[in-house]
Amino acid sequence: MDIPREKLIEMYERMVTIRRFEEGAAGLMRDARIKGFIHLYAGQEAVAVGACFAIGKDDYIASHHRGHGHLIAKGGDPKNMYAELFGRRDGYCHGKGGSMHIADLDLGILGANGIVGAGPPIAVGAAFAAQYKGERGVSLCFFGDGATNQGTVHEALNLAAVLKLPVVFICENNLYGEYTRQDRHQTVKDIAERAKAYAIPGVTLDGMDVLAVHEAVSEAVERARRGEGPSFIECKTYRYFDHQGVGNGAADRPAEEMEEWRAKDAIVRFRRHLIQTEALTEAEAEDIDRRVATRIDEAIAFAEASPLPTEDDLLTDVYA
Amino acid sequence: MRPIIYLMALNEALQQEMERDPTVFVTGEDVGQHPPMGVTLGLLQRFGPQRVVDTPISESAILGLAVGAAAAGLRPVVEIMFLDFLFVAFDQVINQMAKMRYMFGGKAKLPIVVRCPCGGGYGMAAQHSQSLEAMLCHIPGLKVVMPATPYDAKGLLTAAIRDDNPVFCLEHKKCYTLPGDVPQEQYEVPLGVAEVKRPGSDVTIVATSYMVHEALKAADELAQRGIDAEVIDPRTLLPLDMDAILASVRKTHRVVVVHEAVKFCGVGGEISAQVAEAAFDALEAPPLRVAAPFSPVPFSAPLEEAYLPNAQKIIDAVSSVVQARTE
Repeated sequence: MDIPREKLIEMYERMVTIRRFEEGAAGLMRDARIKGFIHLYAGQEAVAVGACFAIGKDDYIASHHRGHGHLIAKGGDPKNMYAELFGRRDGYCHGKGGSMHIADLDLGILGANGIVGAGPPIAVGAAFAAQYKGERGVSLCFFGDGATNQGTVHEALNLAAVLKLPVVFICENNLYGEYTRQDRHQTVKDIAERAKAYAIPGVTLDGMDVLAVHEAVSEAVERARRGEGPSFIECKTYRYFDHQGVGNGAADRPAEEMEEWRAKDAIVRFRRHLIQTEALTEAEAEDIDRRVATRIDEAIAFAEASPLPTEDDLLTDVYA
Repeated sequence: MRPIIYLMALNEALQQEMERDPTVFVTGEDVGQHPPMGVTLGLLQRFGPQRVVDTPISESAILGLAVGAAAAGLRPVVEIMFLDFLFVAFDQVINQMAKMRYMFGGKAKLPIVVRCPCGGGYGMAAQHSQSLEAMLCHIPGLKVVMPATPYDAKGLLTAAIRDDNPVFCLEHKKCYTLPGDVPQEQYEVPLGVAEVKRPGSDVTIVATSYMVHEALKAADELAQRGIDAEVIDPRTLLPLDMDAILASVRKTHRVVVVHEAVKFCGVGGEISAQVAEAAFDALEAPPLRVAAPFSPVPFSAPLEEAYLPNAQKIIDAVSSVVQARTE
C-alpha cells in the first residue's frame, strides 16, 4: 500500500500522542489530580491509528471503555480530553462524562462507552444512516475480545450483514477480557473465525503493526463504500496498563508474556520502519517526540486551569 | 373529523410524518412484511424497504440501530413487538439512548420513538401482557406517552416523532380497536399536557391508558349515585402534568389514581405522593390507588379478570374516598 510520506509522519505523531496522553493521564491519576475509572489504551496505538487513518472526517466511529486512543486517532484534541478527565467545563462533555464517556459528535465519534458490547449496535445505526442518506459514509466499530461474548455484538454483526451495512467491525484482541485471559473466556483462538457465522469476510492480523491494520481496514472500508457490506478485522494487540487504573497488570499476567509484547511495541517498530525507509530521520523523529511532549504538557496545564462546572450545570442537557 | 380506530390513527400519524419528513423511518420485527398489530400496515408498500425495515429478532440491535441512526441525523420509529420484549435490550434504553445527550455534554440529539404494545386482557399471560411504564418513567432522559383515544394516539405519536428526545409510546392492546373522531390533517397533542376527559366536582380520578375508559365507565355509574367524578388522563407520564392534576384535586379535594400496572412503585405512587406533598391541605381523604396486585399477569380468564383493574374496582375506591368526607 502506497501511503504518502506526510500521512505516515502524521500517523506516527498520532501514535506518540496517544502514548504520551495515556502516560500523562496515568501520572495525573497516581498524583490523585484526577479521579474515577480510567482504562488506558497504551500498547494498542497501532489499531486506533491504523484504522482511523483509513476513514474521513464525516465517517463515524464507536469506541469502547478504553477509548482515549480512538478519540485522538480520529482527531480529538488532548486539551479538551484532559479537561474532561479533570471534570472541567472545557472537557468534551463539560465534565459530565469523564474518561469512559468522552465523545465528540462533531468529529463523528459516537462515544467511548462504559458498557462492554454496547457500541456495535450503535455503530451499525450510524452505518444505516449513511446508507439511508445515500452517502458513501462508513462506520468503524471498535470492541475488545471480551465484548465478543456479549449478545449485542452478535446481534450487531448479524443485522449489519443482513442489511449489508457499511460498517467495519474491529476487534482489539488484547488477550484479556478485563482480567480473564482469552482461553478462559472463549474457545476460539482467532475471533475473526466468527465472521463465518455471518457470511462476511474476517481476517486476523498483527495489531502491533500499524501498516497492516491500516491496509486491512482500508480494504474493508472500500468494500463497505462499494455497498458490499460489513467486514470483521481482528487485531492481536496488548495493553500495557491494567484493565483499569494505572498498574501494569503484572498481578494477572505472566512476566514473560508482558516482555514478549513489549518487545513488539508498535511505536518503536513504526519509528524504526520510517527511519529505515528514509521517510523520517532520527532527528525529525526526535523533533516529533519533543513536540508531542510539549503539546501534552500544555494540554494538562490548560485542563487544570479550566473552570469547574457549577450546580447550575447539573440539570442542563438531560433533555434536548 | 371522522371516526377511525386507534390503530389506524397511529398508522395515519406514521404515514403523514413519513410523507412530511424524509428522515423518518420505521423499523422492528415484521413491521414491513407482516405488521404484528397492524399499526404499520401498508407502509412498506408505500415507502419501500429502505424506510420500512424488517429486522431479525434482535431487540438490542434494533434499539442500537435507532440510537446510532438518530445520532447520525435520522428520526427512527422503532416498534418493539411487545413492551415485555423491551427488557431484553434495556441497556440500549437506560445506558445509551437516555444518557448520550447528558454524558456527551449536550451534543447528542436523539429523536427516537419506541412504540410498544402493552397491557393485558387477551390471555397472553406473563410475558406479553405487562404494563411496565413506571420502569421507563424512572429514567431521566426519556419521555413516556400512553395515549388512550384515537385522537390522542395520532396527536401524541406525531408530537413524539417531532420531539428531539427518545419518546416511548406505550399502546394498550385493548385500545387498538377503539373508534374515535380523528382529524384527517396532521396535528400534535403536546407532550406533557394532561386532559380532563370528563369534568366533575366531587372526586378526581387520574387514569392512564386503557384505564381511562374504565374510569369513564365508572364515572357514568357514579353519576347515577349522585357522585360527580372528574376524570383526568395525564396522556404523557414523563414529563407529568402535575399542575393539571393538582388543579383538579384542589377543586374536588379527593383523588383516586388508576393504572393497570402493579400498584407497588407504580406511577400512582408518584402521583399520590406529589398530591400529598403539594396539596395536603386540600385533601379531605387519603389518596387511593387502583392498580394490579403484586403478581405476574396470569393466563386463565378468571384469574386475569381478577388481576386487572376495572370500573367496579374504581367505583369501590371512589365510594370509599367520598365516604371519608361524610364520616
